[in-house]
Amino acid sequence: MDPSRFTRIDPTTWQIEPTGAMRVPGVIYADENLIRDMDEKVYEQTANVAMLPGVVKAVYVMPDAHWGYGFPIGGVAAFDADEGGVISAGGVGFDVSCGVRTMLTGLKVADIKPVQKELADSLYQQVPVGLGSKGTIVLDPLEMDAMLKGGARWAIERGWGETHDLDRIEERGQMTGAEPSCVSDRAKERQCREMGTLGSGNHYLEVQAVTEIFDQEAADAYGLKPDEVVVTIHCGSRGLGHQIGTEYLRDMLPAAVAAGITLPDRELACAPIKSEVSHRYLGAMRAATNCALANREIIGHYARKIFGHFFPKAELTLLFDVSHNTCKVETHKTDGVTKPIYVHRKGATRALGPGHTDLPEALRKVGQPVLIGGSMGTGSYVLAGAASSEDLSFASACHGAGRAMSRHAALRAWSGRQIIKDLADRGILIRSPSARGVAEEAPGAYKDVGAVVMAAQEAGLARRVARLRPLVCIKG
Amino acid sequence: MTVQSNMPAPGWEDFPHGADVGIRGWGPTLEQAFEQAALALTGVLTDADIEHRTSVEVECDAPDVEVLFVEWLNAIIYEMAVRNMIFGAFKVTINDLHLRGTMSGEPVDQTKHAPSCEPKGATYTALRVAQGADGTWSAECIIDV
Repeated sequence: MDPSRFTRIDPTTWQIEPTGAMRVPGVIYADENLIRDMDEKVYEQTANVAMLPGVVKAVYVMPDAHWGYGFPIGGVAAFDADEGGVISAGGVGFDVSCGVRTMLTGLKVADIKPVQKELADSLYQQVPVGLGSKGTIVLDPLEMDAMLKGGARWAIERGWGETHDLDRIEERGQMTGAEPSCVSDRAKERQCREMGTLGSGNHYLEVQAVTEIFDQEAADAYGLKPDEVVVTIHCGSRGLGHQIGTEYLRDMLPAAVAAGITLPDRELACAPIKSEVSHRYLGAMRAATNCALANREIIGHYARKIFGHFFPKAELTLLFDVSHNTCKVETHKTDGVTKPIYVHRKGATRALGPGHTDLPEALRKVGQPVLIGGSMGTGSYVLAGAASSEDLSFASACHGAGRAMSRHAALRAWSGRQIIKDLADRGILIRSPSARGVAEEAPGAYKDVGAVVMAAQEAGLARRVARLRPLVCIKG
Repeated sequence: MTVQSNMPAPGWEDFPHGADVGIRGWGPTLEQAFEQAALALTGVLTDADIEHRTSVEVECDAPDVEVLFVEWLNAIIYEMAVRNMIFGAFKVTINDLHLRGTMSGEPVDQTKHAPSCEPKGATYTALRVAQGADGTWSAECIIDV
């Protein structure tokens, strides 16, 4: 994008002034290079979201932003029910509550090296991954509803997880307000064999080494030590969430027309917060959130079992589990008034700063862990939410590296088999059912994750705590 | 319907999108454009040949032809997910915005198909169903993968 299209507030804050039907400004946090490389569509989509009724303060866009559908990926927008605000199914996306969890192992890289190949094979064989993979857990209708109500807590009660994990999961592992009755039979049917499956696309399970610490105090609070090994899981609500997204997007089209809302893009289909469709969507979306939380808890349990086989004394403890496709009722200060608003985060992570009372005691002093998935070649980051993010972005930060290149272009540029070989030479073992899928997810198809997290830090959204390098990547 | 000789043959392609992928089908009739786009959806997932072992029928309705296109693709995605199948041939009839579709394929085999990704849903982004000046119908949108 051309930087001259923005009002530059400071080196990492770029404002789209409200023009035409825009009700509020758009604010993109990024450095100049990231802005120049960002797709023009991000500008257009940000402006479109700023046109929706009841939008509050500004539409915020994270440094990893790219062209999405309706909302830009990396977009944050909040709506006020009392000002005619809306709920947008597209503002959450098809993969409801897609997110990341990181678990500490206490193991050193030297412990992993002798069994790295066997560990990679075992994880690949035992964690269902890719299109066509089904889990061993089959849910009947009663268990389905119990899962949709109970989230990670349900998984733990069934023996797939540990009770102390709950403190380290957003919403304490269980989203309130979930309504299984608002989830269609088709959505449930899509899920009945998918619990504990990783999925495909950019989802992964990685064994990672901590390579660098940037903030010792936060690293100590998080239990991150140089040269130690962690396990990170990135996935979401699987078929159930996809079907809910599909169905409610369709239902919100006529709802928007009925409410007299002019949609700049049909993908922004939305309904007033105070409407029957929104009420049902929130019940279903919260149920899908529980599905994602349960799914990551189950996969975490599988990781524990597999690590237990190789390292009987190892204990995998959950650092944090945070979602980046969400809509939540949160209390924020806007125009001097503190009130509950509906915050949509589409490819953006909640990033609570130090002192926030929603954080468990052990994390409260340093702020919420913000888990940033990079590409399989370049590594990932752990950040800590900054207090300033509250005013800057409704306490939100980036969620990944963000794609710099389409799947289409990546497929033309790289061979999956060659990438797997090159990474193996660098000590990174990839396991995937699809060489083509690996090519589409090539490290070079992503933005420079280091630049993205630096921009997030300079903008005051979050601060860097540690950098992680993959040792094993299980990829759908 | 008579096919004009200068009309391009039915076909499909995918096109780039930020993180996901666009699909496009075209042909002398609206139905063929929908069938070709469905082939493009499969083409996004695999380069392998698909055996026509099992047939599945679907029906969908929509208020306009563009939403009908999204509904058609989402019906395929749903059948793929719950039947654990991948489809390689499609037949569509459309009457008054009511679509009847038949698709045939086989169970997903990770070794044979090596599916590169999993479609989550068809979106309204870059959604366009239109007839060109030469009479060719085309249908396209972005698929979230």
